[in-house]
Amino acid sequence: MLGLGVDRLQADINRLLTSLFHQGVLDEQFLQLQQLQDETSPTFVYDVINIYFDESEKLLRSLRLLLMDREFSDYKKIGLHLNQLVGSSSSIGARRVRNVCVAFRSASELNNRPGCLRGLEIVEHEYHYLKNMMHELFQLEQQRLLAAGVRYPM
Amino acid sequence: MAGEVPNLEASKLTALVVDDNFVNQSVHHKLLDRLGIKNDVVSNGQEAVDVHCSGRNYDLILMDMDMPIMNGIQATRRLREMGIESKIAGVTTRAEEEEVKEFMEAGLNDFQEKPLTISKLVSILHNLELYVQT
Repeated sequence: MLGLGVDRLQADINRLLTSLFHQGVLDEQFLQLQQLQDETSPTFVYDVINIYFDESEKLLRSLRLLLMDREFSDYKKIGLHLNQLVGSSSSIGARRVRNVCVAFRSASELNNRPGCLRGLEIVEHEYHYLKNMMHELFQLEQQRLLAAGVRYPM
Repeated sequence: MAGEVPNLEASKLTALVVDDNFVNQSVHHKLLDRLGIKNDVVSNGQEAVDVHCSGRNYDLILMDMDMPIMNGIQATRRLREMGIESKIAGVTTRAEEEEVKEFMEAGLNDFQEKPLTISKLVSILHNLELYVQT
């Protein structure tokens, strides 16, 4: 019974990941992160993704503040923030977030304020979708670890 | 992913990760760790210069291009002016031809587009003759 719980949870994790890859939310770089997780850093994926969340939210807040300012004209700063988001999104395999950041960056390079505002909305939408999916993934993995732990009581 | 991951611990290679992005710092540090390469991490070109001024030296420097205070192009140029002969590999998400050319001309030995992976890192090591596949 306990084994079935672990197996079911693993199947749920596999299904979720397959769906995220199929939707293009994640790409093969996420697999690279998983490969780097080992006994010396057993929570590597969780740790890196959380660093990504912290950094991205600071950048998104800053982008929103810049664009909401009626006197705004610092497109170079927008570009710098987006370079950061493109880089870190690529590094964790967040393909859709990366792609919409690239599109947003193109608008900033044209000093296109309405384009930037629209770009920001899309990036925020994709980012929050990714974050929700990652939280779901981590919850499933935590449940799986707990279920596996129950099979081997201390 | 297919293929053995080489363990280069016996070669005692050392590396410096130069990147202002904490996600990239973590990933690049771990990639090098996985290959058995001891490595340090700094957050911009000025820190890379400072760490060399303090007497540290590395076999390989992974240099990001866009960084505050001193970017990768400026830092590479400065390190070469200082006589640093370490292998420097530029890594960046931006791969416009003109930018890559400027980065290479600053003194890079190799260039890779991010995101870095084990196989890209092994390719860098191979190109720079720091690792010979048997």
